[in-house]
Amino acid sequence: MHGRVKIKSTAQQEEEKRKEREKKLKIYVAARDACFSKRKEGIWDDEALQLTQQLLSSNPDFATLWNYRREILMHLETVKDEDEVQKIYEAELSFLESCLKVNPKSYGSWHHRGWVSARLPRPDWARELSLCDRCLSLDDRNFHCWDYRRMVVKMSGVPVDQELGFTDRLIGSNFSNYSSWHYRSTLLPLLHPESPEPPSPCREPPHSSPPPSPQTHSHRVCEEQLLKEYELVQNAFFTDPNDQSAWFYYRWLLGRAEREEMISCVYVSRDEERVAVAFSRPVNAQSVGLLLVLDGQPQRVEWRSVHPRFKHSPVWICDLPPGTISDITNEHNLTVHWTEKHTHRDCALYTGRTESWCRDSATDQELFRSELSVEKTSVLQSELQSCNQLQELEPLNKWCLLTIILLMRALDPLGYEKETLAHFQTLKEVDSMRSAYYGDLCSKFMIENTILKMEYAEVRVFSISDKNLTTLCHLDQLLLVTHINLSSNQLQQLPPQFAMLQCLEVLEADNNSIENLEGVYHLPKLEEVLLKNNKISTLADLQPLASCPKLKRLDLRGNPVTQTANIESELAELLPSVTDLLL
Amino acid sequence: MAAEDLPSEFDVVILGTGLTESVAAAAFSRVGQRVLHVDRRSYYAGNWASFTFSGLLTWIQQHHEEPLPEEAQDWSSLLEEGEELIHLSHSDCASIRNLQVFCFTSEEDEEEEAPNTTEEETGGAAEDSECADSTEEETKETGEEEEEVREEEEVREEEQTTPSAALRQSEPTKKKISYAQLLKEGRRFNIDLVSKLMYSRGSLVDLLIKSNVSRYAEFKNVTRILTYRDRQVEQVPCSRADVFASRQLSVVEKRKLMRFLTSCVEETEEQRAYNGRPYLEFLRDRQLGDNLQHFLLHSIAMVTEDTPTEEGLASTRHFLRCLGRYGNTPFLFPVYGLGEIPQCFCRMCAVFGGIYCLRHSVDGVVVDRDSNRCKAVIDSRGQRITCSHFVVEEGYVAADRKRVATPTRFLSRAVLITDGSILPSDSDQQVSMVTVPPIAAGCPAVKMVELCSSTMTCMPGTYLVHLTCQSVGSAYEDLSPVVTRMFRTPESHDQETCPSVLWCLYFNMTDGSGLEAEGHNLPSNVYVCSGPDGDLGHELAIRQAESIFQKILPEEDFCPPAPNPEDIIYDGDNTSSSAGGEEEKEENDGVAEEEKQEEEKEMLEEEKEMLEEEKEMLEEEKEMLEEEKEVLEEQNLQTEE
Repeated sequence: MHGRVKIKSTAQQEEEKRKEREKKLKIYVAARDACFSKRKEGIWDDEALQLTQQLLSSNPDFATLWNYRREILMHLETVKDEDEVQKIYEAELSFLESCLKVNPKSYGSWHHRGWVSARLPRPDWARELSLCDRCLSLDDRNFHCWDYRRMVVKMSGVPVDQELGFTDRLIGSNFSNYSSWHYRSTLLPLLHPESPEPPSPCREPPHSSPPPSPQTHSHRVCEEQLLKEYELVQNAFFTDPNDQSAWFYYRWLLGRAEREEMISCVYVSRDEERVAVAFSRPVNAQSVGLLLVLDGQPQRVEWRSVHPRFKHSPVWICDLPPGTISDITNEHNLTVHWTEKHTHRDCALYTGRTESWCRDSATDQELFRSELSVEKTSVLQSELQSCNQLQELEPLNKWCLLTIILLMRALDPLGYEKETLAHFQTLKEVDSMRSAYYGDLCSKFMIENTILKMEYAEVRVFSISDKNLTTLCHLDQLLLVTHINLSSNQLQQLPPQFAMLQCLEVLEADNNSIENLEGVYHLPKLEEVLLKNNKISTLADLQPLASCPKLKRLDLRGNPVTQTANIESELAELLPSVTDLLL
Repeated sequence: MAAEDLPSEFDVVILGTGLTESVAAAAFSRVGQRVLHVDRRSYYAGNWASFTFSGLLTWIQQHHEEPLPEEAQDWSSLLEEGEELIHLSHSDCASIRNLQVFCFTSEEDEEEEAPNTTEEETGGAAEDSECADSTEEETKETGEEEEEVREEEEVREEEQTTPSAALRQSEPTKKKISYAQLLKEGRRFNIDLVSKLMYSRGSLVDLLIKSNVSRYAEFKNVTRILTYRDRQVEQVPCSRADVFASRQLSVVEKRKLMRFLTSCVEETEEQRAYNGRPYLEFLRDRQLGDNLQHFLLHSIAMVTEDTPTEEGLASTRHFLRCLGRYGNTPFLFPVYGLGEIPQCFCRMCAVFGGIYCLRHSVDGVVVDRDSNRCKAVIDSRGQRITCSHFVVEEGYVAADRKRVATPTRFLSRAVLITDGSILPSDSDQQVSMVTVPPIAAGCPAVKMVELCSSTMTCMPGTYLVHLTCQSVGSAYEDLSPVVTRMFRTPESHDQETCPSVLWCLYFNMTDGSGLEAEGHNLPSNVYVCSGPDGDLGHELAIRQAESIFQKILPEEDFCPPAPNPEDIIYDGDNTSSSAGGEEEKEENDGVAEEEKQEEEKEMLEEEKEMLEEEKEMLEEEKEMLEEEKEVLEEQNLQTEE
């Protein structure tokens, strides 16, 4: 048609492009080879600088060339004066900017930038910060930039409050940003610490403030600021309740201080001449400097964990030399020192007693529930109210349900038990992919509640039947329990941790799906094991029981193992102490 | 350019350079049609134009003058046997009426004037806009030179007088910008006759992208949506970030709003049940509360209380679809004003060989009596130009050719130059879309756009405010109550905090959306383009241009992407002077199209090369990467320390 623009055919275009490509490739390869040979010869001159620049500006991910470049720059540092070095490095920075435009996520470019910035005689941190801001505004999840930014902030001592303002801005433009929320969680404890002491001066750069010692520093935030944060994060999850980042931040806000490291319990048994020690966290007693002093005499004892599987465990035991405490008419004073943490715990075994212990209970330690101040209670109450409000609007939102459960636990775990269970039920339905996770979490909470109930009642009986338990946890808290009832749950095993129940005499676990008894291991006082209607199928599964010297009564009715040929004689051989066997 | 030697034959002759005509011109030219594009006026874009301040004053002046009833020239000598001539109208004054101009700032900027003096003075001006006009013309002449001399003195003067001034008035002494200053800085203004915004997924934006015409212009995001409610200007939270940051909404409202917006995106059975019933009813039944209901109805759907649900939902969806493509609001605005857009399409047309003549009209259409088809046109210089199709802006069509004589609908427009934003914020460079629901029963809903100086439509320190609504009475009657309420004018009371109006213009313009239904008594190959309509977007104009194009060339693609300059094959040696083999003629205010085109071509070529280079390197690199990895680990160890 008249006047129509004629356009080259695709084949023509392709051909031209191919030729162009070949030409470019030749140039590139030649430059690369030149660089390599120069480096081999150890030449650090301007030409090499230019060659690497030429190559890197089109391909900033060429790590060898960056290294070569650094060698050259380090060499130049030794021969030029400071002003010249400053100039060279400034040129390097603007060259890097062009590389970042080619690939804003190039490891090589960012690493080199960090290196240059650190060596620059007179760094211009403000410029670096604004570069980061620009990059983050293009892609707020560019973690290279986040990393570099952290370095810049550290080097230049940007005030913490200014950094908090920075996260405000980023969250304001898009709150779906883990990096910003997380950054906030590291800044807030610095700016508004929980401690009653006056907050550290804001102007002070974070790196020059005294390094907070792990014991005293709580990583927590003062209540006033917490309230503001609750409001902020609520705005986020009410706006978009399906965005996880805000919920995770909220959980951090609702979290509690890390537990103090301590010896939580020392138990001594006269009969077994044995000492058991429980710690607030799993430790390796062989390497933490554990010292047992009996009646003023340090004892050479061998500490072992309750099960050979554990190198780290919250419960450790040791046997005293035979005869040391066996005389019931003697009184003994015991001290366990945790030398590494400068802490210890005493325990007295009085005349006529067969056992004794000294401990902080879960309630004392506020493990599962803190005694809340009136203010805090009302804050949490209102948080719970707003979450309930959101739940009314979004009845099927899993994050909301989960948060409600956590709030209820913080407020009154026993009082809200029924609601908690109902919410778990809904959670399993709306998020069926994670129903096992919810089952385990629910089990954990039920066990915590039962521990609390047991301690309020001041008994050594732990009974948690018919609660849909899928897993066992907090077993270190059950060191003193003599009687445990786990019947009618969904347990599949008694895990190695079960061996922490050093005082256990009676184990009831009827009507579960237990296949594995690994944790019923060296329980010195265990006499009775009831395992009716479980899934124990082979004699080998019963092997651990052989390590319990006092086992007399065993109920295996309704287990596949009972169908084994010669079961009775086999069992008599395996468990000679058992006198009362039900099959 | 003198147009004595216009070719005597074209495929399409287009009269009028408004948006519809310009888009059509670009589309025809792009597929190889020979296009002659003319406009009687001395500027592009007709009623879609943007003017500098003095340009606008001239335009006002022109519309005040009664056009001399021009004698229809006798072109019968140019007609052949069996042909007749349809005369075209010469004046487009019919499309603009009720012009009124007010100046509320001091003429000269000597000293701070007490507010009451201003009031008196402008009170008079309000009564007689003609009078205001004439004084404007005078100050334009005299004001400019004096200005420069005085400015330096002022600074000193101000320093001295500030303390006493501060005592006199409690408010901070902010010097009001004088009329003389407006005139002096007049070139910084680009005042649109039509006030529209570009929906970021509307047909105009799609077309700009598809055709590559977007490269001729720059755009800015509208930064916020505001609404006027309970005598207060509030920000409407519409994006996720807005909702999150909003301080007016409770968290529950936030959730309800987000839920509603998400649920709107798809059509549901529940929504269909409301078809035919008012959207307001649908909103009410969602129990959203007054706040959200207002936002959704007036600011997001931008409909009235009795709009049917399906329509309300459709426009809500459109709004939401446009959200987040380029920013936090659904709208874009072209830097330098909307008048740029038609010109961009004209440029595209010219690049592909279209011929342009301004101040050049078509006097009549030569019609073959038997076939009732247009054979040629006779231009204002008496040249007979053969054409297969004739596209014409409605303003040129004489009234007797309009089929139905229903009373024409009008739009009411107001243009204000103010000294502050209607809702001050951290940034003074906000571009705001403001929806103003009817302030009383029977009043029209007003759409307001506030432009800041970075849109290059007004001088720094001022804001350009456009108000638009469907006419009920004259523009002044319709819009001045809104202006009085929301701004400080001599008529307003107790509005110390509102921005002051420095200067304003009211006028009515024919509403182009009325045309389609009516139609014209014209030959079948004559196509009429309506002028601007009252909608916020550009759907009507683009739809019309496309349908005219489809009628004429049903087989052809409408504005396909322009090819890359490097892929164009040039004839012989004249590659440097011609882009399409066809000679270009233009009168484009001295803008040399060809040069531009060449420049662009070179730049694009360079860019292409660079891209190619990178690609290759990457390919090459892949092979080397394996080798590199090992080296890297080694060396990282070295450099770490």
